[in-house]
Amino acid sequence: MATFDLEGTFKTHNLDTAPPTSTEATEEELLDYFKTMYTMRRMEITCDNEYKSRAIRGFCHLYDGQEAIATGINDAFTQEDSWITSYRCHCVALIRGGSVEKVLAELFGLQNGYTKGKGGSMHFYNKEHNFYGGQGIVGAQVPVGVGLAFANKYKTPEGEHMPVALSAYGDGAANQGQIWEAANMAALWKLPAIFCCENNSYGMGTSVERHTSNPDGDYYKMGNAIPGVKIDGMNVLSVREGMKFVKEYCASGNGPIYVEMNTYRYHGHSMSDPGTTYRSRDEIAATRSARDPIEFVKKCLIENNMKDEAELKEIEKSIRKEVQAAAKKAKSSPIPPMEELYNYVYAEDGTKEKAEKQKFIRMPQYKNSVQNA
Amino acid sequence: MNLFTAINEGMRTAMQTDPTAITFGEDVAFGGVFRCSVGLREEFGADRVFNTPLCEQGIAGFGIGYAAMGGTAIAEIQFADYIFPAFDQLVNEAAKFRYRSGNQWNCGGLTVRTPCGAVGHGGHYHSQSPEAYFTHTPGLKVVMPRGPVDAKGLLLASIRSPDPVIFMEPKVLYRAAVEDVPDEDYEIELGKGEIMRQGTDVTVVGWGGQLRVLEKACDLAEQNGISCELIDLKTLAPWDVEIVTESVMKTGKLVVSHEAPLTGGFAAEISSTIQEECFLSLEAPVQRVCGADTPFPLVFEKYYVPDDLKNFEAIKKVMNY
Repeated sequence: MATFDLEGTFKTHNLDTAPPTSTEATEEELLDYFKTMYTMRRMEITCDNEYKSRAIRGFCHLYDGQEAIATGINDAFTQEDSWITSYRCHCVALIRGGSVEKVLAELFGLQNGYTKGKGGSMHFYNKEHNFYGGQGIVGAQVPVGVGLAFANKYKTPEGEHMPVALSAYGDGAANQGQIWEAANMAALWKLPAIFCCENNSYGMGTSVERHTSNPDGDYYKMGNAIPGVKIDGMNVLSVREGMKFVKEYCASGNGPIYVEMNTYRYHGHSMSDPGTTYRSRDEIAATRSARDPIEFVKKCLIENNMKDEAELKEIEKSIRKEVQAAAKKAKSSPIPPMEELYNYVYAEDGTKEKAEKQKFIRMPQYKNSVQNA
Repeated sequence: MNLFTAINEGMRTAMQTDPTAITFGEDVAFGGVFRCSVGLREEFGADRVFNTPLCEQGIAGFGIGYAAMGGTAIAEIQFADYIFPAFDQLVNEAAKFRYRSGNQWNCGGLTVRTPCGAVGHGGHYHSQSPEAYFTHTPGLKVVMPRGPVDAKGLLLASIRSPDPVIFMEPKVLYRAAVEDVPDEDYEIELGKGEIMRQGTDVTVVGWGGQLRVLEKACDLAEQNGISCELIDLKTLAPWDVEIVTESVMKTGKLVVSHEAPLTGGFAAEISSTIQEECFLSLEAPVQRVCGADTPFPLVFEKYYVPDDLKNFEAIKKVMNY
């Protein structure tokens, strides 16, 4: 167990209280964060490589650089709390009860993927872990998240602590009008809604200075009357403590809150964006050397004599192997059968093991086409 | 009982039988602009019947989230013309939730009620019939009743349907249509059309408020010795292909009519399907009698709408082909 200083890692808006200025963490906790975040990092790098070798097609948005956020939030939350996020969702799927194999199988378009390959990169969900998925449309998850918050409030007896509902979005999405609509409703009805902006400084290729009129790009103040907290999103302990504070605030009936996580994405917005045309390589390298979230946890472990450099190297090596093995296993998944195409467009008859295509789902009749005749 | 009272009865029954059912929208707590939700807040409380801010995109998203957690959400969009800010939420989020999550999540508990159609003086933004935009979206069901009895039964079936439903209410009928509506809890199956009157010469297909116009057109035809088979589709997605094909196999002629503009309207889908299914039975080209391909004009409404005379002309045309 060691104590860690969190001074300067939070800013608040419209709040009388604030997250703590220090916290304690055990070796076990830190090691767990390290392993989780390093697995995330290796998974995203594997995605990048597999994309380049054309095993993954379509759209692919990577989370490397932002790992501390999903990790810290998950530690502050329970499985009862609802979580909905944007298309940059591989690592949230992983931490909300997922596996590297299942994430990669979806990306490969195979049967063992989350939705049997029908969604791909932006589409992971987990009902058991209250994860409502990635959403492909920028900002569209936020009003849905407010509906989740309402359901949490509606289900909880008056006066008791409510599960919270977190809607995560990027700094680009923060300018979507529907977020304001959703926030207004959440404040009006005092819903346990957390509006969590993962500010990685770029909305696709447009830097934060160029896409907000808000001074200093302070998205945690954008709820206006709604309180806000800005958290160092590269420090997993700040994220954890900040989110514990935020969760308590919302769960106890104070209404919604805005959160801004100050973070950085190493990769471009998507695979079609090299990520170097609108920012310098120096900027990326400087972030890696000064603010990397995994290096931060390693430093915590080493400086407190919990693990030494060689031990951590060994762990990294074994995680790299695990991810490689998971990727190999994911690739061995069968191709989904053709009837998957029309499954789950509408509710199926639950009594049948394999649903038949409903008569009203009409298909082109290839057999009768002029070309095939 | 008139149409708005039947809708009110439908919502009341739904809320009495399902404690998770909530209804919300712009001014619904005060009864709504068309009085459909009158008295519901008094009966079920402000927690279950409440006003939202004026934000359709937010209303739709909110309903999807609530339904995703297993609740029954009855959202009102005050006019169908205002549904477009919510279009993304309905088409991208609601319609695809089950499919894209591999059946883990769905928002089948969501029903979006919205008044549609011409009313004599609505102009551009209080007159439109946007059903075809939604029938183009797999995952959504689209329903439009023609009168109070159907309205209650179809609304209850929509609210209890395991799929999200866009329920369009022809606003011209709210007060004009009066029928004896059963007090009990009943549902009318979605996806099934109804033969309103049997005939042998021409099949005439419509839905919603347009059926009143078509009844008049059929009367004119009967007076001229033409026997019309009039079909109410009731549900547009999924639509009852069988009932129309069977009728056209018999009559060999088809007239389809709706108020929405001609190009890309739902009549095009019906016409195309019938051409595929009944090619050898057709005795005349399928006629579409629809609104003009213009925005909805206030002063020209009379000329814009596909009235009984235009439909009668189309019936005569297929008879004389």
